[in-house]
Amino acid sequence: MNKAILAILAAGGLLMVTAAAQSINAAGATFPAPIYQKWFNDYSKVKPGTQVNYQSIGSGGGIRQLTEGTVDFGASDMPMTDEQLSKVKVKVLHFPTVLGGLVPVYNVEGVSGDLKFSGDTLAGIFLGEITKWDDAKLANDNPGVKLPAKNITVVHRSDGSGTSFVFTDYLSKVSGEWKSKVGANSSVNWPVGLGGKGNEGVAGLVKQTPNSIGYVELLFAVQNKMSYGFVKNASGKFLKADFNTVTEAAAGAAKSMPADFRVSITNAPGANAYPISSFTWLLIPSKIDDASKRTTIKEFLNYMLTTGQKDAAGLSYAPLPKNVVAMEQKQINAIL
Amino acid sequence: MASTVLTSVPSPKRTRTFLQKLQDGDQVTHLITVMFAASVFLITLLLVYELWIRCGPSRSKFGLAFFFTKVWDPNAEQFGALPFIYGTIVTSFVALLIAVPLGVGAAIYLAELASPRWSNIFTFLIELLAAVPSVIYGLLAIFTIVPLMRDYVEPTLQGAFGFLPVFSGPIYGVGFLSASITLAVMIFPFIISISRESLMAVPREQREAALALGATKWESTYQVVLPYARLGIFGSIFLALARALGETMAVTMVIGNTPNISPSLFATGYSIAAVIANEFTEATGDMHLSALVELGLVLFLLTMIINAAAQLLIVATAGKGTKH
Repeated sequence: MNKAILAILAAGGLLMVTAAAQSINAAGATFPAPIYQKWFNDYSKVKPGTQVNYQSIGSGGGIRQLTEGTVDFGASDMPMTDEQLSKVKVKVLHFPTVLGGLVPVYNVEGVSGDLKFSGDTLAGIFLGEITKWDDAKLANDNPGVKLPAKNITVVHRSDGSGTSFVFTDYLSKVSGEWKSKVGANSSVNWPVGLGGKGNEGVAGLVKQTPNSIGYVELLFAVQNKMSYGFVKNASGKFLKADFNTVTEAAAGAAKSMPADFRVSITNAPGANAYPISSFTWLLIPSKIDDASKRTTIKEFLNYMLTTGQKDAAGLSYAPLPKNVVAMEQKQINAIL
Repeated sequence: MASTVLTSVPSPKRTRTFLQKLQDGDQVTHLITVMFAASVFLITLLLVYELWIRCGPSRSKFGLAFFFTKVWDPNAEQFGALPFIYGTIVTSFVALLIAVPLGVGAAIYLAELASPRWSNIFTFLIELLAAVPSVIYGLLAIFTIVPLMRDYVEPTLQGAFGFLPVFSGPIYGVGFLSASITLAVMIFPFIISISRESLMAVPREQREAALALGATKWESTYQVVLPYARLGIFGSIFLALARALGETMAVTMVIGNTPNISPSLFATGYSIAAVIANEFTEATGDMHLSALVELGLVLFLLTMIINAAAQLLIVATAGKGTKH
């Protein structure tokens, strides 16, 4: 009896040892965490014994841990800057995984339909220059809609987030004034507005505060069935964000994709490209000393780019366009 | 068993070797408890040391200006702590202003006036409130306090006292006042619970003596029992203040999160703990990170200063109770 238990324990111990050999640690962005968890979980079934521990501690934390070498790879909603890259001992490769879009959400008295926003108008509102809903610029974007003569309450993210980075990056591209006064970052010095914590904080404040406007991730708006506005893209067309228009933005940007994939696809060219879209990246060291780890990571990347992409839409992420997938598959070979 | 222990007690003159002392347990207990006590001191030292080292870049770049400037711009790497210090102090102070009279008043009722049965029921409920996680208070505040403030309380206050700067400006619902009220609700159970304990600890003779001298129930409570329990009540207030200063989750949910200094309680603001929690995870710039760590150090200093002031207050008012 005891011997049987011992044997079971020993077998369990052996299993744990083999599992430990294949255990990989990763940390970073929270926005793609749900799909990463699913991928890592599914992949451990495809390849038994592989265990990826992903801590969704934020992009900043992911980059820091990668720099300090405490994780095998990182994940981030914004590409690493040259300065950050120079601090990591080995060269870091960026692998776009999925796409996300941001949508303007609002709560305006007497307006039930969808509102339209040009980039210039959004920048004006978030700079605090457009202060009333019946401003000429807003009226110009929304012919035929009767907007109230009420003050606009701006709501932004208070926590540092990739979402804020993408939004401020977009505003920097469409407004020179935004670029020089505020700039793009995960936390910025907002000229006006209230700060809400997380997507749910922003959405909550917008729902509760009359005549307010904010921005949330498309994923969040879809899951919570919130109505959101149209945004004017680089070719002058007002578009509503969905998985197609977001993927279209990436496809449009792919033509001029830099070799290291560090690219912003906000305000991307293309008739059907949604302007406030972004990649999210895995940050993989180009040199991995442990051979079995290296193989596992490379195989996982392949899985993510092929089978994994099919999971994207189900979890409300926009999948990568085919041309980007092909480019990334080539980059996998650069991991030595 | 007991007798053998008794017979083994050494005569007072007999000197014991260190080893014997160890065997008797005195020395061991002494050593272990000293170590436990020292760990508190060591942890504090380590904390300050780590904060001090990690905020090096920010300290050398901004110096003392960090405490007096208002700009918080991660992009331009300009950091000033003033709006956060202001927000932390204002919300904690207003929260105390609301919670202390309520809390001490409730404690007096529970300790002096209520029947033991009611007192026990209330105390149980209050201790339950003290155990509610702060995120729950934050959520409740978003759904109840904020709309109530925006739609009723703040417009009414502004209508009546709008000429005062504290009640001026646009009304959002979120802001200093909502954060203060949320904090007041959170710290109120601490004040009641500890104040009640210290009021109950006042010897019965004190009350009886006062009553025998012809004092009314209220006179005995106000002039004899309250001064006697003064230390415990102050203690409860400072414990509550410490919680208010460091409260993060509930505050960030209702304060509006804008680094802003405004005399109006309706304006939105920010607190030290809230900004650290909000920005730390995504802070990629070294200077940004360093400035956030320095904010942590500032919060630590603020708590130290307030605690020291509290000690002074207790010393300054010492003996008051016996003069009556």
